[in-house]
Amino acid sequence: MDESNDYLFSRREMLVSTTLAVTGLALLNVTGAEAAPVPVSQAKVSFTVNGQPHQLEMDTRTTLLDTLREHLHLTGTKKGCDHGQCGACTVLVNGQRINSCLSLALQHQDDAITTIEGLGTPDKLHPMQAAFIKHDGYQCGYCTPGQICSAVAVLAEIKAGMPSHVSASLLEQPQATNMELRERMSGNICRCGAYSNIAEAMSEVAGKDS
Amino acid sequence: MKTFTYERVRTPAEAAAAAARTPGSKFLAGGTNLLDLMKLEIETPAHIIDVGKVGLDKIEPTPAGGLRIGALVTNTDLANHLPVRRDYGLLSRALLAGATGQLRNKATTAGNLLQRTRCPYFYDTNQRCNKRVPGSGCAAIAGFSRQLGVIGTSNACIATHPSDMAVAMRALDAGVETVKANGTTRTIPLAQFYRLPGQTPHLETILEKNELITAVLLPPPVGGVHIYQKVRDRASYAFALISVGAIVQKDGTGRIAVGGVAPQPWRVETAEQLLPAGAKEFTAQLLQGARPTKENAFKLALVENTVAAVLNEARH
Ligand SMILES: Cc1cc2nc3c(=O)[nH]c(=O)nc-3n(C[C@H](O)[C@H](O)[C@H](O)COP(=O)(O)OP(=O)(O)OC[C@H]3O[C@@H](n4cnc5c(N)ncnc54)[C@H](O)[C@@H]3O)c2cc1C
Ligand code: SF4
Repeated sequence: MDESNDYLFSRREMLVSTTLAVTGLALLNVTGAEAAPVPVSQAKVSFTVNGQPHQLEMDTRTTLLDTLREHLHLTGTKKGCDHGQCGACTVLVNGQRINSCLSLALQHQDDAITTIEGLGTPDKLHPMQAAFIKHDGYQCGYCTPGQICSAVAVLAEIKAGMPSHVSASLLEQPQATNMELRERMSGNICRCGAYSNIAEAMSEVAGKDS
Repeated sequence: MKTFTYERVRTPAEAAAAAARTPGSKFLAGGTNLLDLMKLEIETPAHIIDVGKVGLDKIEPTPAGGLRIGALVTNTDLANHLPVRRDYGLLSRALLAGATGQLRNKATTAGNLLQRTRCPYFYDTNQRCNKRVPGSGCAAIAGFSRQLGVIGTSNACIATHPSDMAVAMRALDAGVETVKANGTTRTIPLAQFYRLPGQTPHLETILEKNELITAVLLPPPVGGVHIYQKVRDRASYAFALISVGAIVQKDGTGRIAVGGVAPQPWRVETAEQLLPAGAKEFTAQLLQGARPTKENAFKLALVENTVAAVLNEARH
């Protein structure tokens, strides 16, 4: 979704507050000839993002990703494939990482959502953010917010004793080995191939943790 | 995505009743498959019933000594549940071999069983596909079929069921517990849950319209060595070309279900009597009547070799 849609969304919010509205697309279609308005369903949801409570009423189709970027203007979370395949949209929901593109905002009633903006700030970086900078865990940076959210969750998963596909035993405490980190991070694709540096950044944070 | 109305329900009975009340409705669990298909307008529900918070998110011991897994238990929680890791290792292993950490955190037990095929022509709405548009033909049979099915398929559809979890559930003799809109419940053995495509590949299970899955039941543990061997084009984060889910006992007997070859997890109980004789004998019987395409005939040898590797691993 590009910037110009912001205008349509805000205009729509002004125009309608009932359950039936007119889509941005339908407005676009009105070019001389009358286009039939497409009825759109709206519904309400409330959750917190980075500790801030939000009450929203929106098109039922809106994904959590689009809600964060287009409605709450938290553009740190990125849209890559929009089909759950690349991991750029990874955020934390109640401490667990998910692909925000494959989730409706409406599925998150009462949830606590954390985005890259909520992990740390430029003055007070999260240790994982600092480690990514130190180890050059990126080149273009587009996948980085998703990588960092995922990396934070991966270390928590290891600490909690959750096994992975490469763990030799399902019952022993897993360790943050390079193999484990690579397997657990496979849902975050990096087009620049910064993988080895990402693993180093994670190893450093894991070492400090234990 | 087509527009839809949305409601949250609080109990399984409410969910089934809501579905019966509203034509064109679909249950939404994790959403990782349904929303993907809705974005492509392959699924176009008019109404979404969000069952995420109906309280079916617990794993409990059954009086018989098995487990009752709530339909909404996530793949992550199921793979990490200690009794599952200890007594049903095959299930943990299959889950952990599927998708990614992010997806498993949202994917649910019922949603995983009902996820749709990954046939590339099913996903490409410009192509003919009997599963997506009944009667339109099948572009896969004469097309790029390397990933598709070799057995249980038909001349209308050669798609596979993509779930790793279902392969383990089949070997574990799982049952699917449901509630219908009129409130009646039943338990369907997984062996009878999926339908072969025949001339109606769009009908994938024996579930009735609006029937809600409430749980998956596992019988008491059977011991043995549990192995899930998934063969794929990448070491991580790829669907199976083929997979072998095995429980092998000390005396060489066991159970094996195979993924990536058929429209459902493929298990032939009578073939299992041949397991002590070896992989060749067992696989010949398991895949008897297979009708591979030129592009996916390699799967027959791949299954046999993977079964051999698994039996060998089980001995050590
Ligand atoms: C990039 C990617 C990679 C993947 N890789 C793998 C892999 O390697 N192996 C693998 O096995 N899977 C893989 N998956 C698939 C994933 O496992 C499924 O998407 C997931 O399990 C679906 O569960 P869900 O809860 O999100 O289902 P949903 O998307 O919510 O629902 C799926 C279907 O089930 C129906 N449904 C859900 N709950 C119920 C219920 N209680 N009763 C009746 N009907 C119900 C819905 O109406 C819908 O039709 C992958 C997915 C993606 C996006
Ligand atoms: S194999 Fe099945 S799913 Fe694939 S194109 Fe043919 S009919 Fe469709």
